[in-house]
Amino acid sequence: MPPATGGGLAESELRPRRGRCGPQAARAAGRDVAAEAVARSPKRPAWGSRRFEAVGWWALLALVTLLSFATRFHRLDEPPHICWDETHFGKMGSYYINRTFFFDVHPPLGKMLIGLAGYLSGYDGTFLFQKPGDKYEHHSYMGMRGFCAFLGSWLVPFAYLTVLDLSKSLSAALLTAALLTFDTGCLTLSQYILLDPILMFFIMAAMLSMVKYNSCADRPFSAPWWFWLSLTGVSLAGALGVKFVGLFIILQVGLNTIADLWYLFGDLSLSLVTVGKHLTARVLCLIVLPLALYTATFAVHFMVLSKSGPGDGFFSSAFQARLSGNNLHNASIPEHLAYGSVITVKNLRMAIGYLHSHRHLYPEGIGARQQQVTTYLHKDYNNLWIIKKHNTNSDPLDPSFPVEFVRHGDIIRLEHKETSRNLHSHYHEAPMTRKHYQVTGYGINGTGDSNDFWRIEVVNRKFGNRIKVLRSRIRFIHLVTGCVLGSSGKVLPKWGWEQLEVTCTPYLKETLNSIWNVEDHINPKLPNISLDVLQPSFPEILLESHMVMIRGNSGLKPKDNEFTSKPWHWPINYQGLRFSGVNDTDFRVYLLGNPVVWWLNLLSIALYLLSGSIIAVAMQRGARLPAEVAGLSQVLLRGGGQVLLGWTLHYFPFFLMGRVLYFHHYFPAMLFSSMLTGILWDTLLRLCAWGLASWPLARGIHVAGILSLLLGTAYSFYLFHPLAYGMVGPLAQDPQSPMAGLRWLDSWDF
Amino acid sequence: MWGFLKRPVVVTADINLSLVALTGMGLLSRLWRLTYPRAVVFDEVYYGQYISFYMKQIFFLDDSGPPFGHMVLALGGGFDGNFLWNRIGAEYSSNVPVWSLRLLPALAGALSVPMAYQIVLELHFSHCAAMGAALLMLIENALITQSRLMLLESVLIFFNLLAVLSYLKFFNCQKHSPFSLSWWFWLTLTGVACSCAVGIKYMGVFTYVLVLGVAAVHAWHLLGDQTLSNVGADVQCCMRPACMGQMQMSQGVCVFCHLLARAVALLVIPVVLYLLFFYVHLILVFRSGPHDQIMSSAFQASLEGGLARITQGQPLEVAFGSQVTLRNVFGKPVPCWLHSHQDTYPMIYENGRGSSHQQQVTCYPFKDVNNWWIVKDPRRHQLVVSSPPRPVRHGDMVQLVHGMTTRSLNTHDVAAPLSPHSQEVSCYIDYNISMPAQNLWRLEIVNRGSDTDVWKTILSEVRFVHVNTSAVLKLSGAHLPDWGYRQLEIVGEKLSRGYHGSTVWNVEEHRYGASQEQRERERELHSPAQVDVSRNLSFMARFSELQWRMLALRSDDSEHKYSSSPLEWVTLDTNIAYWLHPRTSAQIHLLGNIVIWVSGSLALAIYALLSLWYLLRRRRNVHDLPQDAWLRWVLAGALCAGGWAVNYLPFFLMEKTLFLYHYLPALTFQILLLPVVLQHISDHLCRSQLQRSIFSALVVAWYSSACHVSNTLRPLTYGDKSLSPHELKALRWKDSWDILIRKH
Repeated sequence: MPPATGGGLAESELRPRRGRCGPQAARAAGRDVAAEAVARSPKRPAWGSRRFEAVGWWALLALVTLLSFATRFHRLDEPPHICWDETHFGKMGSYYINRTFFFDVHPPLGKMLIGLAGYLSGYDGTFLFQKPGDKYEHHSYMGMRGFCAFLGSWLVPFAYLTVLDLSKSLSAALLTAALLTFDTGCLTLSQYILLDPILMFFIMAAMLSMVKYNSCADRPFSAPWWFWLSLTGVSLAGALGVKFVGLFIILQVGLNTIADLWYLFGDLSLSLVTVGKHLTARVLCLIVLPLALYTATFAVHFMVLSKSGPGDGFFSSAFQARLSGNNLHNASIPEHLAYGSVITVKNLRMAIGYLHSHRHLYPEGIGARQQQVTTYLHKDYNNLWIIKKHNTNSDPLDPSFPVEFVRHGDIIRLEHKETSRNLHSHYHEAPMTRKHYQVTGYGINGTGDSNDFWRIEVVNRKFGNRIKVLRSRIRFIHLVTGCVLGSSGKVLPKWGWEQLEVTCTPYLKETLNSIWNVEDHINPKLPNISLDVLQPSFPEILLESHMVMIRGNSGLKPKDNEFTSKPWHWPINYQGLRFSGVNDTDFRVYLLGNPVVWWLNLLSIALYLLSGSIIAVAMQRGARLPAEVAGLSQVLLRGGGQVLLGWTLHYFPFFLMGRVLYFHHYFPAMLFSSMLTGILWDTLLRLCAWGLASWPLARGIHVAGILSLLLGTAYSFYLFHPLAYGMVGPLAQDPQSPMAGLRWLDSWDF
Repeated sequence: MWGFLKRPVVVTADINLSLVALTGMGLLSRLWRLTYPRAVVFDEVYYGQYISFYMKQIFFLDDSGPPFGHMVLALGGGFDGNFLWNRIGAEYSSNVPVWSLRLLPALAGALSVPMAYQIVLELHFSHCAAMGAALLMLIENALITQSRLMLLESVLIFFNLLAVLSYLKFFNCQKHSPFSLSWWFWLTLTGVACSCAVGIKYMGVFTYVLVLGVAAVHAWHLLGDQTLSNVGADVQCCMRPACMGQMQMSQGVCVFCHLLARAVALLVIPVVLYLLFFYVHLILVFRSGPHDQIMSSAFQASLEGGLARITQGQPLEVAFGSQVTLRNVFGKPVPCWLHSHQDTYPMIYENGRGSSHQQQVTCYPFKDVNNWWIVKDPRRHQLVVSSPPRPVRHGDMVQLVHGMTTRSLNTHDVAAPLSPHSQEVSCYIDYNISMPAQNLWRLEIVNRGSDTDVWKTILSEVRFVHVNTSAVLKLSGAHLPDWGYRQLEIVGEKLSRGYHGSTVWNVEEHRYGASQEQRERERELHSPAQVDVSRNLSFMARFSELQWRMLALRSDDSEHKYSSSPLEWVTLDTNIAYWLHPRTSAQIHLLGNIVIWVSGSLALAIYALLSLWYLLRRRRNVHDLPQDAWLRWVLAGALCAGGWAVNYLPFFLMEKTLFLYHYLPALTFQILLLPVVLQHISDHLCRSQLQRSIFSALVVAWYSSACHVSNTLRPLTYGDKSLSPHELKALRWKDSWDILIRKH
């Protein structure tokens, strides 16, 4: 009786253990089952000609690389205007060159590299990158495009080497390389100033070095082993540093490492000390090293971007103090809040702004007809409030009174400086959020009623502490109703000047909407301190920028009634993305996968699942497979399984994401899918050839199959290449157009 | 066969008295004073309205779960449905049978107690451990509160436990008597219980997935069992009913039969049952009601009353000259009809952009005479249906003429008021400036069978593609400002990528226009339509639409005073006040037995750590446990710890408003795990008899403390005793607990 759960599966033999390092692999001894399969393959030359074989090996690799570079760099300069997201990433490259601070939802490495490429190629950062379609004119943009195309070109050789290592079959690797070289989608995506070629470069580099280091497993702690292991770590850091999609490849490497360690741990010939060494090496190379590099990119990012720019408002007041040009930079204000201080109060949630009031009343029918209180994103005199004691109305700035600091838990009154009305709340429903209470300005010259009293509290601090400017996170709790001052983030109608709604929420949940900090602080009786003391430390900056990025990412929500790309559209190549041009006179580039390649990939996934499960069931039933078939099934299950895992990890998480999705998000998954296709067809054709061995032409089946696949993809590329290299003339709906017969799906509009 | 003639008939009853006692105590704790309080408690206000809908057989749509749950609650009904469920705390009128409505959830809660006992026993743990699990279920305050009201969690938990229990029974049968009668019974029951659980609440899917997963692993091991034949010659054997239940034949049964039986019971039966729930639901609620508007016109027309009354007798095929109302298929943000009125777009918008100053076209969410449009043949002038009528087909060119103003639907290269990237849609007024009418539209039937299909009322979903600019008529979803009376904006979308509901329209009301004269036509438009065609949607079409709308319906995330986050559940940092007596301070809270919650989480942590330790040791070939104990430990963990994980962790990914009661299914699995861990510690980790005795004493002490806590919290569970403010304050053990104290 086999064990009920656990244990049994892990000990199965589906382990990618054996193999040799690097190019020698193909020359490995015949003991290896996988290599044995290759040994009998028709492509395999005789033993005597090792030298010739090595030359051939390198020549093929060179050919693949050359072809990849040639296709990617062909007509790279066209169109000479901004295409699609170049407007963002080119602009961000310029920001690095100009050293102005900006905000983006992706980590900085990709844009930093683009900026560096531009800088080295002589681009001066003066082009505005305003909107797609703007001409570059005399500005040098080829450096940035060339850099992206350079990285994008490496995808093909990387995939080639990965498949070669996984399947030990040149034909599988060639097929994969052809699929990727001739895919119009990969080609288009590599030709422009985008993050995707950089991201995919790191993903594939990580995959390749992981596979390489797996095949070095029989020589642990040797130089190549260390090299590939640390290279994996570096690539992981790179992938994560470009986009958070890099997390998926990290997950894949992580799963692979866990399985690997589990295997080593079960190897009783290894002492626990050796296993410990293995563990330490992986922790060092796959956790510590990437983390250090990733942090370093952020350090560089913050060092380079030292000037105030368009991204300031997304960050907290303390953060802004470190940007030169920002009005908080080098400012000096009193550190602790005291009665009589004039302050501005900023909401901690991104893009909400400052507590604001103005001489306009809430309109008839919306709560009480009292003065409006809103939040406002821009600096304005109406953002100023005076903090006063709740029970006295004397002027605390009178020099005869001693300075009295505001402390956590004090009951205060906030008086609007311009209109002398008090911040007030009562049991009327708020204008937009019906479950909350309305907040108004009330009273004349500071005299109101008990609904003007608020308790000021510092989040997570002890009672009695003083309140620090910028650093303290404070809440205002309404004394009578017990509700908390917050902003719902909803835009008020025209009567509220489209500022944001301020409410008093009865739900005492700690959300950022109800937490504020004091930004400006004027009090002549207090000594000013330089804000530099308050500057956040590097870990704080790192944490904050991540919070802002994550919030920005989840804030990219699709609107109702808008066409959005759905993950299920992607593998079937349902619709593309317009990179440039709309009308028939425009130079049009359309991001769309080569349908022959993509539909072949889709078919291959289905075929793989089918054949894989047949083989797995057969093995579980204890079927005795001939040596050759066993070898091929090992390739299919181990090599194919790893690649399939990659595809799964890079595709299915998108179904769970709430943010806006685009077609180009599928491309990392598509790389894995193409590798799977290469492995699958090669193996299936070999199995076919083996099954029909009695037939005289059996060996030819494999060669003919691979050749026809190669030629088929090449021909389809010839048909579809105008999608990537650009087309002018009538649209494909028009029967006159040369592309007319190629609009195979109604949803493609090129 | 005639054996009973030869031997005397003997009935031997095997009664497990502890099981009977447990059931009795369970019933007592759940049914005691069931009708108290005779007032609406918390979510009863929500489920109650659906019970009323069932009683009145009115169609409704609820996104919280499939209809089986509501049906189970309504089963206890038997009243006329006349009660206004609008306020928590409202006194029930005398026509509401409170006892019978609350009976089914209470019974489900009571039966969970003996089932916990059975499950632990079937996991091959001792009678003592099994008793422990059942007694813990018995005194868990949160479970008691939740089962004594018209709420669904206790029923869900009942079916979850039933699914696990019957799977275990089936699995234990598998070893000695596969394909016996009881084997089939338990296997089928597993499938049935799973689909019932899913039918109660979508949450039931989690347990279903768990059972499927465990079954798949077991089936995989079965595949590896080389003593079973392949598809082979024994196929006929297992197909013959005679061999069922015969042990000697079991060796010959093929693997294929095993897999097939599992697939049928665990995949086919649940799907069929799930469809059956909807079938019964749609048969029961056949009258139109307040939720009609959300559904498509075709669906509404299949209900009795409502739209069916209006559309009954409309001509089916739209012809040139037909008068129609056009409803947007997407129905978001509100269902609405294509509309126009005398007013024009303002010359200059507030942001300074200009408009064409032509007649507004909007989407209007109410029935109105201005929603009528006439389908006109561009080549002819008349606005009446010729005889015989010439039906409009896919690909035909049409003009849409607004019935009350006789202006035709037009779009041109002017930015729309709120969506400047799209084209403005207007009804054309000839100002005699160089802006010609562009009012030709090509009709595309989206759900056509062939390219020559006729445009049908209600059934056809159509798009209007503008001939000059190839823009598509679309509902943008934005509300126009005051000049547009806050109606919805209609635009011409130029970049139409594929199918989207907001560009698709269907004819709802329809009649053949007969009067050429404008005055007469206006009168005609004001009068209701008639003539008769029956159109019935098939069950599958209605099911798929209903299911789709239920899943797509998203109530805007309303914050709630008692909503909580999953992290707060494990340590019971939150509670929900369910009910407060109108005069005294007697109150009911959803508040768990904190001793059980904390020790459950502890047991889980211990289980995880111990398992990791054992796994690592086994990997190094050190076997601490004998093989059978190890298998028992793994299976118990897979079901109990796994059950907790699948019922808890997915909530972290959910964006909807969450409440403490969502944690209860996970909690029951934790309670099942507790005695398992305790017995394991006593059996395998206590080395001497002395240690074992000390451990037992500790367990007894711990259990008494749990009992004590349960008893202390009892007034908040049953709400039967009014406590003084002082006593209430003493019960507020955590600052985050919200216990209601009256201010006098």
